[in-house]
Amino acid sequence: MRTKTVTFRHLWLPYLLLAPQLLITAVFFLWPASQAIYYSVLQEDPFGLTTQFVGLENFRRLLADPLYLESFLTTVVFSVLVAGLSMGIALVLAIMADRVIRTALLYRTLLIWPYAVAPAVAGVLWFFLFNPTVGVAAYALDALGHDWNHYVDGTDAMALIVIAAAWRQVSYNFLFFLAGLQAMPRSLTEAAAIDGAGPLKRFLTIQLPLLSPTVFFLMVVNIVYAFFETFGIVHATTAGGPGNDTVILVYKVWRDAFEGLNLGSSAAQSVILIVIVVALTAIQFRTLERRVEY
Amino acid sequence: MAPIAIDGVRKVYPGPVEAIPNLSLEIADGELCVLVGPSGCGKSTLLRMVAGLEEITGGEIRIGGRRVNDLEPAERDIAMVFQNYALYPHMTVYDNMAYGLRNRGVPKAEIRALVDEAAGILGLSALLARKPRQLSGGQRQRVAMGRAIVRKPQVFLFDEPLSNLDAKLRSQMRVEIKRLQRRLATTSLYVTHDQVEAMTLGDRLLIMNHGIAEQVGTPMDVYHRPATRFVAGFIGSPMMNFLPGRVAGDGRGVHLPGGWLLATAKARGHAGRPVTVGIRPEHLQPAATGTDSDTITLRTELIEVLGADTLVHGRLDGHDDTVIARLPGSLQVAAGDNLPLAAEPGTVHLFDETERAIGHV
Amino acid sequence: MVERRPVMTVVQHLVLILGAALFVFPIYLAFVASTHTGVEVSRGLPLFPGDQLVTNYGTVLSDGIASAGAPPLGLMLFNSTVMSLAIAIGKIAISLLSAFAIVYFRFPFRILAFWTIFITLMLPVEVRILPTYEVVAGLGMLNSYAGLSIPLIASATATFLFRQFFMTVPDELTDAARIDGAGPLKFFRDILVPLSRTNLAALFVILFLYGWNQYLWPLLVTTDESYYTIVMGIQRMANVGEQQPVWNLVMATAILALLPPVVVILSMQRLFVRGLIEVEK
Repeated sequence: MRTKTVTFRHLWLPYLLLAPQLLITAVFFLWPASQAIYYSVLQEDPFGLTTQFVGLENFRRLLADPLYLESFLTTVVFSVLVAGLSMGIALVLAIMADRVIRTALLYRTLLIWPYAVAPAVAGVLWFFLFNPTVGVAAYALDALGHDWNHYVDGTDAMALIVIAAAWRQVSYNFLFFLAGLQAMPRSLTEAAAIDGAGPLKRFLTIQLPLLSPTVFFLMVVNIVYAFFETFGIVHATTAGGPGNDTVILVYKVWRDAFEGLNLGSSAAQSVILIVIVVALTAIQFRTLERRVEY
Repeated sequence: MAPIAIDGVRKVYPGPVEAIPNLSLEIADGELCVLVGPSGCGKSTLLRMVAGLEEITGGEIRIGGRRVNDLEPAERDIAMVFQNYALYPHMTVYDNMAYGLRNRGVPKAEIRALVDEAAGILGLSALLARKPRQLSGGQRQRVAMGRAIVRKPQVFLFDEPLSNLDAKLRSQMRVEIKRLQRRLATTSLYVTHDQVEAMTLGDRLLIMNHGIAEQVGTPMDVYHRPATRFVAGFIGSPMMNFLPGRVAGDGRGVHLPGGWLLATAKARGHAGRPVTVGIRPEHLQPAATGTDSDTITLRTELIEVLGADTLVHGRLDGHDDTVIARLPGSLQVAAGDNLPLAAEPGTVHLFDETERAIGHV
Repeated sequence: MVERRPVMTVVQHLVLILGAALFVFPIYLAFVASTHTGVEVSRGLPLFPGDQLVTNYGTVLSDGIASAGAPPLGLMLFNSTVMSLAIAIGKIAISLLSAFAIVYFRFPFRILAFWTIFITLMLPVEVRILPTYEVVAGLGMLNSYAGLSIPLIASATATFLFRQFFMTVPDELTDAARIDGAGPLKFFRDILVPLSRTNLAALFVILFLYGWNQYLWPLLVTTDESYYTIVMGIQRMANVGEQQPVWNLVMATAILALLPPVVVILSMQRLFVRGLIEVEK
């Protein structure tokens, strides 16, 4: 790793400077993570009196548990929908904003602030709008012939959390798409126009390929977001219901630990989540490298 | 004010790369010594060792008789002007100049007086409240100098201070630096790769190549009596012409391409051996005829008219490299002419196979 | 734009305005709901703001919604402010220090320190919920401001951002400072930190939002209502099981919960955008 060629010499000062960061990392990150791994290979008896080493038994059980697999599937569906919806809308808006140069900043101002709204608060807002008794959106859907009720219909509940999660994330994606588009040299599209390409063709053959690293990068970021940062949306609105239709993995690991008190299973779920984050982070860094080359 | 002694100094970088094998130099009190050489020759390394920014692998550096090897830069009583000025971008001109004094615990009133004095000398008094980004290149350069002189150090160190300026400003600042250094009479070490700067500024020059001191001397010394072929080629523009020669068997002359014989006894010790003959373009003069044995004939190929002078590029029989002559602008010459030329007495340099000077003819 | 097509331009603006409206719509309705009485809201939401603004906001700020067991909003807003400021300032402080150590010193275990910090990127709270809770409980930090903030202030992102910035600071400035008699700490305080001002401010905006919008963490470490933050507290009001929530007051709470970060993001838009894109680099 690079350093400055010019450095200070000091025997203990660098350690002192690093101490707060490393201390917090060790106490609140590394130790708990190692505990999660440790618990994941243990099993408590029903009274919590003794524990014994069970190897990968917790994982085996987990992967054979239809509820866990269902939760996995729910999470994947949820993530794909959130990423697709928020990126799609953001891309369309960014293209439009990029083309109206003079007012692009104004639209940016109008579009970025939902990012400041906490996922849980976003959830509550949409929860209200879709409330079957008083919600405006539910009322409008009723008029269109769809009897909306996320308290009883799993699909409606999923749609609710997808909309709430995507609504907030569009802002983030929009910013990156707009930055990506604005970083493109205008001479490229001009050259394509001189070569006789219309606006749509220009977008498909010039801008989109050049934007593809941004698309890929955002895809990873959005999946991470949907996997790990949407706990508040689920917890504050559907609470996993109806049934288990909106139990995403993070929600499940919390519920199993604090309501189900199933230590071994919760720890094993944590370990699986860590593996997922590590994989996603690795992918993210690979794409970053490619983006830098660009 | 203090002399600097560099005594058998050695620098090895991890690797290991030996940047400077063994170098000694004495700089007298109040003298301005220029370190000059191509990039990577070790001149900046040497300067930074004097400054204390680079560790000294071996040998000793003394400032004013005091060994400074293990002293922090701030304890060496030196000031330095950097290539990119290194002004603190978030501080005003005043604060830039005052920072070092404050760190030394100089009382406020005294700082005010010192900064005002330095600003007055450099014509910066009206700019003290500005930030560096609001200044022109020349003004920034002056602030960098102000930061150096405000502390009244024993030694000034200059690390290519003019290389970021345009040509016009550079020659102007060159004169200012010279004037300032004379006025303050502070011992100075000045690093540059520009030979014009080196010649015009230095009381003495140290010409470095691959970490080795090729020659130490006054500007006149290194110009008229270069100690090595490297120095001969490095100082002077256009560059000195080098011709392959062979010392006659009897040692009474040197045979050159085109049948020219340079009569000299100075190469007697190298009888029968190859030597390099160097002549500066400005030391070649039109000769009366092309028949004398000490006259060479240049087949001219290209004429560059400079006004006062004319540069004539051409070739000699039996030698492939271009030879350049700097002739009076009044001379009428066209490409393709055969031009008889002779060297002024005392201006021909002979170098042996190790590229050391044998003598000047 | 390459060619002029008036129709296209109109369409573009229409799409953008529609998009913007879509974003404002939920907030507008929330605001409308927060200015009516509960009865009016439950009868079907009016389209324009009513006259209960002062009453509703006054109620939630000073009393909270007693039936839902939530404390007064004034207190929750205060808690949120303390938590997000502590997190933002704490993260910036310790990351500045560690980036300084990593960039400006060479010492044994430097690489190890770097990777240790890097690993935190891969361990969000969400993946180590229970054991982290146990650590905090073991340290007696449940229901405290320290518990709300300290465990969250390790930051790989901030450290990397500062490291990247420090690498661009010219070495000659360090040389000049050393000749001017500045040791490492003086250099850090007088030169490096002032030079980092813009990065610092940009990061502050992002980290403030991060802190304010924390949900799972306060949920884990607070059981005492007087330490609730507004973002996690709102859930207490909205999620009341089979009953209908008191919508006008819940929406007033929502507006208050989202107002501070939205104001921050809009008033420091340039810094925010810059920071966001820098952080992801």
